[in-house]
Amino acid sequence: MRPEELRGRQAAGAVPPEELDRLVQREFAVIGARLRRVDGVAKVTGRAVYTDDLTFPGMLHGKILRSPHPHARIVSIDASEALALPGVHAVVTGRDMPVPYGIIPWTRDEYPLCVDRVRYIGDGVAAVAAVDEETANRALGLIRVEYEPLHAFLEPEEALDPPAGAEPIHAPTKPGRNGNVTKHVHLEFGDVDAELAASDVVVEGEYFFEGTTHTAIEPHCAIGYYDPTGKLTVWSATQVPHYLQRELARVLDLDVARVRVVQPAVGGAFGGKSEPFDLEFCVAKLAMATGRPVKILYTREEVFYAHRGRHPMKMRHRLGASADGRLRAVDAQTLIDGGAYASFGLVTTYYSGQLLTAPYRFGSYRFDSTRVYTNKPACGPKRGHGSVQPRFALEVQLDKLAERLGVDPIELRRRNFLGADTRTINELRVQSNGFLMCLEAVERASGWKERFRRLPYGRGLGVAGSCYISGTNYPIYPNAMPQSAAQIQLERSGRVTVFTGASEIGQGSDSVPAYIVAEELGVPLDYVRVVSADTDLVPVDLGAYSSRETLMMGNAVLDAARKLRKRVVASMARVWEIPPERVALVGGWALDRTDPERRVPISEAFNIAEAEHGALGATGSYDTPKDVHGAYRGGTIGASPAYSFTAHVAEVEVEPETGVVRVERIWVAHDCGRALNPVLVEGQIEGSTYMGFAEALMEAQVFKGPEQGRAGLHNAPSLLDYRIPTSVDTPELHALIVESVDPEGPYGAKEAGEGPLHSSIPAIANAIFDAVGVRLDALPFSPPAVWRALQDPAARARWEATHGARRAEVAAD
Amino acid sequence: MHAILTLIVNGDRRDVGIPEHYTLLEALRYGLGLTGSKQGCDKGDCGACTVLLDGEPVLSCLTPAWEAEGRAVTTVEGLAEPGRLNPLQEAFQVTGGAQCGFCTPGILMSAWALLQRNPAPTREEIRAALAGNLCRCTGYTKILDAVELAAEMLAAPTRARRGGEGGQAAAPAGAVRSPDPAVAAAAPGSGSGRDTAEGLAGEAAAPAVAGGEP
Repeated sequence: MRPEELRGRQAAGAVPPEELDRLVQREFAVIGARLRRVDGVAKVTGRAVYTDDLTFPGMLHGKILRSPHPHARIVSIDASEALALPGVHAVVTGRDMPVPYGIIPWTRDEYPLCVDRVRYIGDGVAAVAAVDEETANRALGLIRVEYEPLHAFLEPEEALDPPAGAEPIHAPTKPGRNGNVTKHVHLEFGDVDAELAASDVVVEGEYFFEGTTHTAIEPHCAIGYYDPTGKLTVWSATQVPHYLQRELARVLDLDVARVRVVQPAVGGAFGGKSEPFDLEFCVAKLAMATGRPVKILYTREEVFYAHRGRHPMKMRHRLGASADGRLRAVDAQTLIDGGAYASFGLVTTYYSGQLLTAPYRFGSYRFDSTRVYTNKPACGPKRGHGSVQPRFALEVQLDKLAERLGVDPIELRRRNFLGADTRTINELRVQSNGFLMCLEAVERASGWKERFRRLPYGRGLGVAGSCYISGTNYPIYPNAMPQSAAQIQLERSGRVTVFTGASEIGQGSDSVPAYIVAEELGVPLDYVRVVSADTDLVPVDLGAYSSRETLMMGNAVLDAARKLRKRVVASMARVWEIPPERVALVGGWALDRTDPERRVPISEAFNIAEAEHGALGATGSYDTPKDVHGAYRGGTIGASPAYSFTAHVAEVEVEPETGVVRVERIWVAHDCGRALNPVLVEGQIEGSTYMGFAEALMEAQVFKGPEQGRAGLHNAPSLLDYRIPTSVDTPELHALIVESVDPEGPYGAKEAGEGPLHSSIPAIANAIFDAVGVRLDALPFSPPAVWRALQDPAARARWEATHGARRAEVAAD
Repeated sequence: MHAILTLIVNGDRRDVGIPEHYTLLEALRYGLGLTGSKQGCDKGDCGACTVLLDGEPVLSCLTPAWEAEGRAVTTVEGLAEPGRLNPLQEAFQVTGGAQCGFCTPGILMSAWALLQRNPAPTREEIRAALAGNLCRCTGYTKILDAVELAAEMLAAPTRARRGGEGGQAAAPAGAVRSPDPAVAAAAPGSGSGRDTAEGLAGEAAAPAVAGGEP
């Protein structure tokens, strides 16, 4: 068929020919446009299928019996009565799965169900499968467990220095060590003591970040099925299907090739579904025992025990600066309350120090972080893993420094700007860096220059900055394979299917591949189907954690798409007898850039290419740079292909009589490298900022102490008592996108899902100081905490002084 | 003990045999297979299970199923019109009001009830109407934008709205590109370009964006 015969046969949804001329001139046809999500229709019509929406013929319902003791030895378990209950099909205990697991291969310290010891109130002890939930619940009540209580450690200080005779929570890894310590990290860059001594100003502070948790609205849910050929399938609300597949195989002693993990739609995760949980092992084991599909859905209360939320941290910071505000030394000591198990704790301990070294240049830096076990639900990664807490401390320290020096806090941050294409003091490689643009954006949008230190008593503005990783250069288990892979298949109609292991958890990782493929192959967006997160169907991606999907999966998809594009372009160049550079694939067409009248519908271009090359498909992959970190122990942790940057300005109103803080609005500028779809990026910025605001003012994951009777019992395991903001509580959020175009990201993109949480919190703390002259160094800034701080008789004078100073400064101008 | 209840669900008269103690949410999800309404807490705290009972939003996880006997129940599955989305659903698509989507069915029902009784709500009124529906992804901004947009679409389905500001905060120079109508055409049903009520009305009949659905 000659090309001219094809002219005019337009693909459904193609750009009208008269628009093509202009579209070809643009840098991008799809990238950067305000597009819809590919899963949007399913989500607004109730057709999106989440794990609990699945049912299978013969499906049984499972329930997990949980420990009533914070720390106890299991003396015996008798499940005979439960097994005798009509409708009960199986009971499993820890002895049925005696292989320890843990997301970090070096700290596997928990079992699917406790084997001989429970370590927090809520620890899983036995699991039942029965014909329905009611029967399963009744069966739990018939399981007899005899416990021998042990000393419970509820405070990290006590765990660090255990009383004589108290058994540690875990056996020491080496003789003589304290079994209550998960990890201790001490790193120093430069001579901190000398720099502190030589500093003109030293600011010291003690900070406390209370534990908080994710509270995704979807509770964890999993279904297991073991078919007669010996293949295990687990459907789970997970954000790490690949790691789950590996751990299921290892713990259950199955061939990993016979384990399939399917991730249905996930109703929010935020880090709370980023490691295996007891229910996933239990549904698998119960399915193997019964030959029937088994579902376990956590109750909301169980979600609070499963937890793995933000670690409480006690931080002592010292900061030394020269008279012009340059940071000569930062010295940070941190005690981390880890709860009962290690989870990601090894990484958390490093992150509490490693990720603090941008966007400011430190003259010297030392951090000393210790994570200890306590007899409470295990903490893990929550959005902004490990670095949200120290960021709060540092950014308040900077605000105090600015106040001491009489320097505008935005100006102070500018003076200490790290710069682009550089290394941090701990040798992390930073390429693009749009932090100054972020500062400028929030400064202008908030009317900072006219309003900071000039608002009436009770109202204030505060600023803070931050940075975050776009994935980590080193995977959780050491291997030399790519971190993300993708496969693309072209169909003769012009339809394209992308296969990716990425985990859609609401952030848009099912949509990003569609945008990239539509951009590269010139097909209408709705010609792209995305198949994701089913280990039987897709190549490996390591999952949705550490803000890695857009950069890593995006690069893998881009790699595959460009391979295909090259083939299609080559074929059309040959047909038209023009150089390949002149062939454009755009808007549903293949065309000659210099003569857009010469064009064929994209499906015809694919047909011509298929005739020439054979079936059209390609794989692509992405691996991280491996040579860009410090050569010291731990130097790889925190190393990322690209770093995002954020600045927040919060405006608050404080009611002095009650201590109630109202956040009126927050401006947040985030450098995401490039916004592949600004709607999704804004959504991530707003959601992160909201979540930081929530932690600043409301959230506290707290447990009863000995004086309250049930020591170690969760104080508020419900969505009513654990207070998260409603639509009425949440301020107006103004998301401002900054694009620095990073050389490592797809089209320059970096992360947006976690970075914009960090500086939300200190910006609010600093705004409270501007409003009423008191410092809130402990979270959350609840009305009682603020009211108590306001009882300081010097507070009003401090407010007068800062505001008077600013007025004098303005008068002098 | 089981019982047979008659519910008028999304216009259909349905007889459903369920344990007597079932909540309306259980009757819908387990009895009728209508899994669009979600269970987030099962105790009335999160609002993900919100449905309309005789047009009024209720928490179906706290409503005994028998209370709905003979009454009209509207769930998220009943919102869309044949072959096209309801303007509220359309607006959520445009503004990005759904991320993980788990709270979305409940929020749509609360917002739809609001728009039925108050066709031109203020932002504060929208906030108040959604106060019983927790969302953990969005920070609510794009949900509020969506309900505002839906109100405009319902009021004036053919009148163009919102010129340059797009309902979002102003952007720093050089940071946000102006969307190109050509791209909107390149992606039917993608809602790119300015979210005008006129554009949306024309677009609503376009095929739904496919892919990525389990």
